[in-house]
Amino acid sequence: MSNSHAVVAEQFDDRAQQHEASSLGMWIFLATEIMFFGGLFTAYTVYRNIHTAAFETASHLLNAKLGAFNTAVLICSSLTMALAVQAAQMGKRKRLITYLLSTMALGLVFIYIKFILEWHHDFLEGLAPGLHFTYAGPHASRVELFFCFYFIMTGVHALHMIVGEGVMTVLLVMAWRGAFSQERYNPIEMMGLYWHFVDIVWIFLFPLLYLLGARF
Amino acid sequence: MSEHIAPKKLYFFVFASLLVLTLLTWQIAYVDLGQWNIVVALAIAVGKASLVAMFFMHLRWSGSMMRIVVCAAVFWLAIMITLTLGDVLTRGRVVPSQGWHTSAAILHTAAPANQQR
Amino acid sequence: MSSPEVELPIESRVHYLNAGYGIKSWLLTTDHKRIGLMYLVSITFFFCFGGIAATLMRLNLLEPQGLLVEPETYNKLFSMHGIIMVFFFLIPSIPAVLGNFLIPMMIGARDVAFPRLNLLSWYVFMTGGLLALYAVIAGGVDTGWTFYTPLSTAYSNTHVMAAAAGVFIAGFSSILTGMNFVVTIHKMRAPGLSWFRLPLFIWAMYATSIIFILGTPVIAISLALVGLERWFHVGIFDPALGGDPLLFQHMFWFYSHPAVYVMILPSMGVISELVTAFSKKKIFGYHFIAFSSIAIAAIGFLVWGHHMFISGQSIYAGLVFSALSFAVAIPSAIKVFNWTATLYKGSISYEAPMLYALGFIGLFTIGGLTGLFLATLAVDQHVHDTYFVVAHFHYIMVGGAVMGYLGGIHYWWPKISGRLYPDGWARVAAIIIFVGFNLTFFPQFILGYLGMPRRYAVYPAEFHTLNVVSTAGASILGLGYVIPLVYLIWSMRYGPEAGPNPWHATGLEWTTASPPPTHNFEETPVVTEEPYAYDRLAEEIQVV
Repeated sequence: MSNSHAVVAEQFDDRAQQHEASSLGMWIFLATEIMFFGGLFTAYTVYRNIHTAAFETASHLLNAKLGAFNTAVLICSSLTMALAVQAAQMGKRKRLITYLLSTMALGLVFIYIKFILEWHHDFLEGLAPGLHFTYAGPHASRVELFFCFYFIMTGVHALHMIVGEGVMTVLLVMAWRGAFSQERYNPIEMMGLYWHFVDIVWIFLFPLLYLLGARF
Repeated sequence: MSEHIAPKKLYFFVFASLLVLTLLTWQIAYVDLGQWNIVVALAIAVGKASLVAMFFMHLRWSGSMMRIVVCAAVFWLAIMITLTLGDVLTRGRVVPSQGWHTSAAILHTAAPANQQR
Repeated sequence: MSSPEVELPIESRVHYLNAGYGIKSWLLTTDHKRIGLMYLVSITFFFCFGGIAATLMRLNLLEPQGLLVEPETYNKLFSMHGIIMVFFFLIPSIPAVLGNFLIPMMIGARDVAFPRLNLLSWYVFMTGGLLALYAVIAGGVDTGWTFYTPLSTAYSNTHVMAAAAGVFIAGFSSILTGMNFVVTIHKMRAPGLSWFRLPLFIWAMYATSIIFILGTPVIAISLALVGLERWFHVGIFDPALGGDPLLFQHMFWFYSHPAVYVMILPSMGVISELVTAFSKKKIFGYHFIAFSSIAIAAIGFLVWGHHMFISGQSIYAGLVFSALSFAVAIPSAIKVFNWTATLYKGSISYEAPMLYALGFIGLFTIGGLTGLFLATLAVDQHVHDTYFVVAHFHYIMVGGAVMGYLGGIHYWWPKISGRLYPDGWARVAAIIIFVGFNLTFFPQFILGYLGMPRRYAVYPAEFHTLNVVSTAGASILGLGYVIPLVYLIWSMRYGPEAGPNPWHATGLEWTTASPPPTHNFEETPVVTEEPYAYDRLAEEIQVV
């Protein structure tokens, strides 16, 4: 009944059951991630409500253009990821590899912009709480609180992206070795779900962090 | 879950919509809508997230269980935010009137301070 | 369906315990039964540490001026007792031990949906646990298991980070377990096993898993924020920077209140099984009990503010949380009524598992009712942070959850080990535990009501006698816990062989050998009858 090269793991009866179980498992994991990020969103929402003016002032100190561009980058990477999954479903190895590489590259662009162009810049500007915070404008302490959340929320998000890049590297190597086919593409699909979720988190982070308050 | 293969055109259409919505949310931030700014921004974000979930993540063609899982998580997050805000936004609204007693008055049997801190 | 098979003696059969020898076959196993046993050893180990901390606390409280330790040390003792008992004993106890062992068997599956993730969950749990133990050995943590800010973030100079990290990591173990259970129950039931034919233990585990999935991530992020604030000296919860200490409490209790339902729901599931098996009667109100489990999980997420009634929460929020806390008592009460109705006119026998079940019903009821006292805003004003609260939650967690756990261990021990334990000793131990428990904790209700605060190393002389009684009870309780350890281990070697169904109970797990083969069933069973069909069973079996 069991076979080390079997497409179906031995606790499952058939491919369909295995596929449904994997998908349900991944969605449940994403539900836990919703609650994990959700804790941060809750805390941020509370403080935004208490310190509205300070948070709006602080939000203006962020570069909305870069943020918008980064959002577009992630959306592109979601497209390439969806196409990668599709390529795997159709058993198209070369296309799968191309789209996986594209997704990874776009992810790296995002991380570069985030860490080098934004974080490093904010640090130099004296906006890094706990490390180098010199902002002396109105509501300084509350602005510092905003930047705590800015760094933590985008940091946890970036951490998830880095983990995603790592897993994609593994999948890339497996795809190169021909591990995936029309019968076996589950891991790519699960990776896709994870990556799209990371994109969705950013879709909310962008307006909440960058677009608060009057820019007019 | 159905092993549905979506047409490429659909993906590109969703992609284009997402880019348009991103542009929109960014630019609307520069227009004064008063307190509606945040509402519009969140509405657009929800719209974008839905597009990604429904089409890129195949929720549209998935079994109902997946959708229940997502809705449950979102609903539970809403509970956390709502009840927490319910506390934060209603503090300081009640001023103790003449009828309130302080704790010290109630604990008339309070032992002398043994606190070590 | 339930006729016992002709059995070869244990030594000459291949089953999950002897299929593969050596430490590697255990540490690299993906068999849910072996993983359940590994958890059993782990949590027993942590229980001993938590118990030692409790012993030292109770010894200290023999004298009003504190007999044993300085207050700073006492703070560390109650913190460690709480952290270890809550996160490393109670929360994993039934789910990781009995849940892992039984769920696939109860639904007729060969294993859980993700066996490798199951093994990972044990390693993650051990990593978290050892990190927490490191915190203990390195000098302890003194914030209480509740890690309240700003003590934990700004003022405590104990090992907060290590303890918080240990809890954070162990949380992922819960998440993996919850994921595994939900997917297993949804996707791997045997043919014919519809939702309303499932044993109620499965319903309870499903509800518990929902809490694992939706609640645990929130405490993870809360503790992460505490760690970040401590490490970078930023003021997320510091009022000076505009932070709100109460926000931490909201986030912490959003998980930690449902966590208490994680601790009790599986136990309730066990009781449903015990009450039917030992009154040989179909459960009364199956649907009510099944749905009440889900209701407890759901409503349990809506009541967390009742821990913060006097912390500075708004009075309106207090009102809402108080009302919801009354509501959450209802499904629990429904269960107690249904168990009682099941017992009524049943053919009751008093083996040890049943003694634990009966003890549970009584003690949980007391604990639950005192919860209503605490949910009442005006009363809580008086008894918050006193021994009344301590007594309340120990009645539920020890009088309830631990007794359910022990009852379940005894009930399924023949299936797990293939051997019978000596029931005479087991009954004696159960009674000793019951007596010791009540002697320990009932005086604490009185102490709390009279005003003795909790988490204090010293107390006014007027509370002396009751404290002595409580400590005396604790020593009896401790003795009661040691006895099963001895005879259960003894029985693994010297106990008589149990056969597939020594209790003549219903349920798929009783249709396979004891101990079961690695793949649980020789053939996938097909389910054709309702659960707890004891009336049919009586016709088939000659009851000795």
